[in-house]
Amino acid sequence: MTAVDRGTAPHPGPWQTARVTGIRRETPTAKSFTLTLSEPRAFWPGQHMIVRLTAPDGYRAQRSYSIASAPSESAELDLTVELLPDGEVSSFLHDAVEVGDVLDVRGPIGGHFAWDLRPALGVAGGSGIVPLMSMLRRARALGEPDLFRLVASVRGPEDLYYATEVGGPQTSIVFTRTVPDGYARPPGRLTAPDLAAALDTDRELYVCGSTAFCDAATRLAVAAGVPTERIRVERFGVTG
Amino acid sequence: MALTRGFSGRSRGTHDTRLPPGQYDAGANWPVLHVESTPSIDTARWTFEVDGLVDSPARWTWDEIRALPASRYEGAIHCVTTWSKFGMRFDGVSVDTLLDIAGVGADAAFAVARSHTGYTTNLPLDDLTGGKAWVVWDVDGKPLDDIHGGPARLLVPHLYFWKSAKWVSGLTLLAEDRPGFWERNGYHDHGDPWLEQRYQGD
Repeated sequence: MTAVDRGTAPHPGPWQTARVTGIRRETPTAKSFTLTLSEPRAFWPGQHMIVRLTAPDGYRAQRSYSIASAPSESAELDLTVELLPDGEVSSFLHDAVEVGDVLDVRGPIGGHFAWDLRPALGVAGGSGIVPLMSMLRRARALGEPDLFRLVASVRGPEDLYYATEVGGPQTSIVFTRTVPDGYARPPGRLTAPDLAAALDTDRELYVCGSTAFCDAATRLAVAAGVPTERIRVERFGVTG
Repeated sequence: MALTRGFSGRSRGTHDTRLPPGQYDAGANWPVLHVESTPSIDTARWTFEVDGLVDSPARWTWDEIRALPASRYEGAIHCVTTWSKFGMRFDGVSVDTLLDIAGVGADAAFAVARSHTGYTTNLPLDDLTGGKAWVVWDVDGKPLDDIHGGPARLLVPHLYFWKSAKWVSGLTLLAEDRPGFWERNGYHDHGDPWLEQRYQGD
């Protein structure tokens, strides 16, 4: 049995530079950027990094992006960035950044959503899969893949991040609009049976997605008997 | 630090001096970030308490706190995740009114705000007094939604918004600073957006 990570998740260090050493397209609106940090920092799956852009006149813009890769001994980590309509930073990262560029980064940030290796189920809506992918990769890298199970909800096959890697016995994909040929589950939103199939006793829940998705997933989990104190939620997106 | 190759920014010539460094204007959107599941709190059982280093601990029900003199904040809010939002209007009661009723103890210098969810956040007492902080239940004339901290949240708009505890349930006055939930997880004890006090050490 793997020891649970004790204590609290690592705190952010100072700003540092990172070189972009790889760019990979995940979906039509998402890219993963491999960053090589000048000063490697330990992190836990579920934490995020801040990326800061600086213009010649001193204007700055910064945003947080979840780490998608598993912790390792290397100085590299992957951030997956969804291209947001009108997103000043995401559109720059998608359209202008190339391998070899240097970015200011800081992190890791976030403690509550960080995974301490207790058996867990991740429930992802859309791009909410990013921090959960770090957990899935961590469990697999430890050789204990059942430590982390994943239910990921996406609209259609073209919207699934990490499509060639994410599948496996611990993963189930919920397609809400269109399904791949031959897929047994009909298209439709996340349901109680989708969660029940992946739940067992004493599993921590990590829910990440839009506010609407997180609230729906949380309601299903509570109805399935998961105590609210075992449910961690990270939301993104906007409400009016 | 380094300039970013090719980055000129979008807001050239229209940079809004109301924006603290590193922030952007969220416009009509009100982004939501909290880590608890959204609670639904019945106002019939809602209470708010002021305790710790006070002359006499005080406790209000929903009807009692709403009967106190009304106070309004109009202006901006700033979230550490880099959005700011202008032209907000919140209605509630001034924290000054609540502290006057309880009576601030001579040694009190800090406070911990707590929520019905167990969330906590710490603030210097000076940031809660002098017309700078409220307990609010209406935003732009409508009751605060659950997701934005309804039925009532703390409002400390001159600090990053995580200090404005959602679903607030009380304040404890202390002689020494005691880090709250995010502060124990690496966020700043004070959180002044104009000084970019985002994380411990800033």
